[in-house]
Amino acid sequence: MEILINIKETITVQEALDFIQSPECGGEVIFAGTVRNHTKQREVLKLFYECYEAMAISEMQKIAVKVQEKWAIQKLVMLHAVGDKYPGDLAVVIAVASAHRGIAFDACEYVIDLLKETVPIWKKEFFADGEIV
Amino acid sequence: MGILLFGAAKDIAGVPVLEKPAHISDVAALKAWLYEVYPSLQQLKSMMIAVNRAYATDEQTISQQDEVAVIPPVSGG
Repeated sequence: MEILINIKETITVQEALDFIQSPECGGEVIFAGTVRNHTKQREVLKLFYECYEAMAISEMQKIAVKVQEKWAIQKLVMLHAVGDKYPGDLAVVIAVASAHRGIAFDACEYVIDLLKETVPIWKKEFFADGEIV
Repeated sequence: MGILLFGAAKDIAGVPVLEKPAHISDVAALKAWLYEVYPSLQQLKSMMIAVNRAYATDEQTISQQDEVAVIPPVSGG
């Protein structure tokens, strides 16, 4: 399995797509997580993402190992943005390519769920009413 | 090495790095010390400790050379 893991200010779907292109794969699944303009009916102005980068990369690599143990996935991409992010901005991209679509869907959902659970990245929400959580 | 703080733990302590007292030799003792010095940390839903960039159990020992970090509930994605 070929893996691309990156944490940086700005991420794009295109770089994930470019990486997973492969003549051997017939199923490419991409999850794009973007910043929502509300949380529980309160307007959100922006999010600020910070990370413990060295450990975050290490935890993402552990997720990749688990994916490899479970499914015959050819390519896996995990990208996460950091810094100030505004509604509509990309925060996370997961991309998976395999011969057929079924396992690509399963693996993609598994990766984003586990990433949200284990990877040391934190968001701060800046609300329109002035509160910061 | 110092203790790295992130997210809500950093906000509570007001600093990104703390000096580790010499007498602390395992994760359980570190947590107890942190809760004593910063009682507000108890309001966190969880507080994990990472040793050398991996989640550690309470029993794990900590030496002076280890990279230690306080990990409040993560919220990436």
